Amino acid sequence: MKISIPKTLYEKIKARIEGTDFDSVSEYVTYVVREVLANLEEEKDITLTKEEEDKVKERLKALGYID
Amino acid sequence: MVSKPHGGKLVNRVADHETKEKIISEQKEYPRVRINHGIAIDLENIAHGLYSPLNGFLTQDEFESVLKTMRLRNDLPWTLPIVLDVQSPHFGEGDTILLHYESFPIARMHVEEIYPYKKTDLALKVFKTDDPAHPGVSRVYSMGDRLIGGSIELLNELPNPFAKYTLRPIETRVLFKEKRWKTIAAFQTRNVPHLGHEYVQKTALTFVDGILINPVLGKKKIGDYTDEAIIKSYEALFNNYYPKYTAVLTAIRYEMRYAGPREAVHHAIMRKNLGATHFIVGRDHAGVGNYYGPYEAWGIFDKFPDLGITPIFVKEVFYCRKCDGMANEKTCPHSDEFRTYLSGTKLRSMLINGESLNNLIRPEVLNAIKGLKNPFVD
Repeated sequence: MKISIPKTLYEKIKARIEGTDFDSVSEYVTYVVREVLANLEEEKDITLTKEEEDKVKERLKALGYID
Repeated sequence: MVSKPHGGKLVNRVADHETKEKIISEQKEYPRVRINHGIAIDLENIAHGLYSPLNGFLTQDEFESVLKTMRLRNDLPWTLPIVLDVQSPHFGEGDTILLHYESFPIARMHVEEIYPYKKTDLALKVFKTDDPAHPGVSRVYSMGDRLIGGSIELLNELPNPFAKYTLRPIETRVLFKEKRWKTIAAFQTRNVPHLGHEYVQKTALTFVDGILINPVLGKKKIGDYTDEAIIKSYEALFNNYYPKYTAVLTAIRYEMRYAGPREAVHHAIMRKNLGATHFIVGRDHAGVGNYYGPYEAWGIFDKFPDLGITPIFVKEVFYCRKCDGMANEKTCPHSDEFRTYLSGTKLRSMLINGESLNNLIRPEVLNAIKGLKNPFVD
């Protein structure tokens, strides 16, 4: 799979990664895109119903974690 | 904001009461597979979301992806293969089986795939060695010759003498919400606490809302501290030296693999699922013997800008007589002659030999250890 980027950007990245642990422009671009996407990801589906949350709180109280 | 679950969703694969009763009443209809203690613990961790986003054991594509790229096929960081091995299976793909530990049905599994694998390849990729003297490698060599992948539903849990301390991800998340903590540093340990640990924990705590001290309980190697020794000694430390509103002691049940760098990332992922935002990575994290460099576990985190939990790297801590306190290379200008280094091995040997531990360990912690019949795994 290939993705195009402007040649000037390619050259800029190539210069940027000289002397770093990145072996190629592809590796650097992959790194940056992963970082950006991870920051954009949204949390899904961990909200508890009030009943479920109360049940968890009861256990935490019984175990002495909360007052 | 506490960490999002790894992959975005906290997995829950615990069978509800009705389903569990039905499965157990029909248990004779299912092929039965015996599992060991470590697999039973993995099942609990999958079911309660500690291994989110896994909802079962890895299928072949996922297994190969984890070995080769340290990521699941959807590109999510995942460094340790969580697998179920069998020898000469008497069931096929598409079957539903029951996983038994001793006489207890622990989980139902939907067998998606049964596949071969190369043990040496697994060992070299995960442990960076095929030396059978490495405890993780030895475990791989004792595995069956096939792996089975597929989703699971937890039916029963193993008896847990430290249930009070074993909080599940959903519970730690509610706890952090109640405490109004938004930033949480997690500290993993399989040792009793000495002043060096406390120094590291409190240094991290200075910059976050709360510290989660999170020992690993479960099968360890000979000479390691027992679960009881770890819990009792931390109770002593907490009761005397930690404010309740900024520190929490909970444990995870987990069987160490001793996979060094790869396992350090796995440890971070588990703590991310508990809700921690930061994870403390020390010297020779998850290492054993001399298989990994002292700070090798730090470098691997550079490969995961998308991990979703921030590692805090802490240099080896020592007691410096000139500084008259705990320090590390970055904070102490004095030479080695003034320093006492506190490796777990050294502390163990000092404890066994009855040497003075002044300035190295809190007296209350020492008393808690001394009060035990045997603080070490035989």
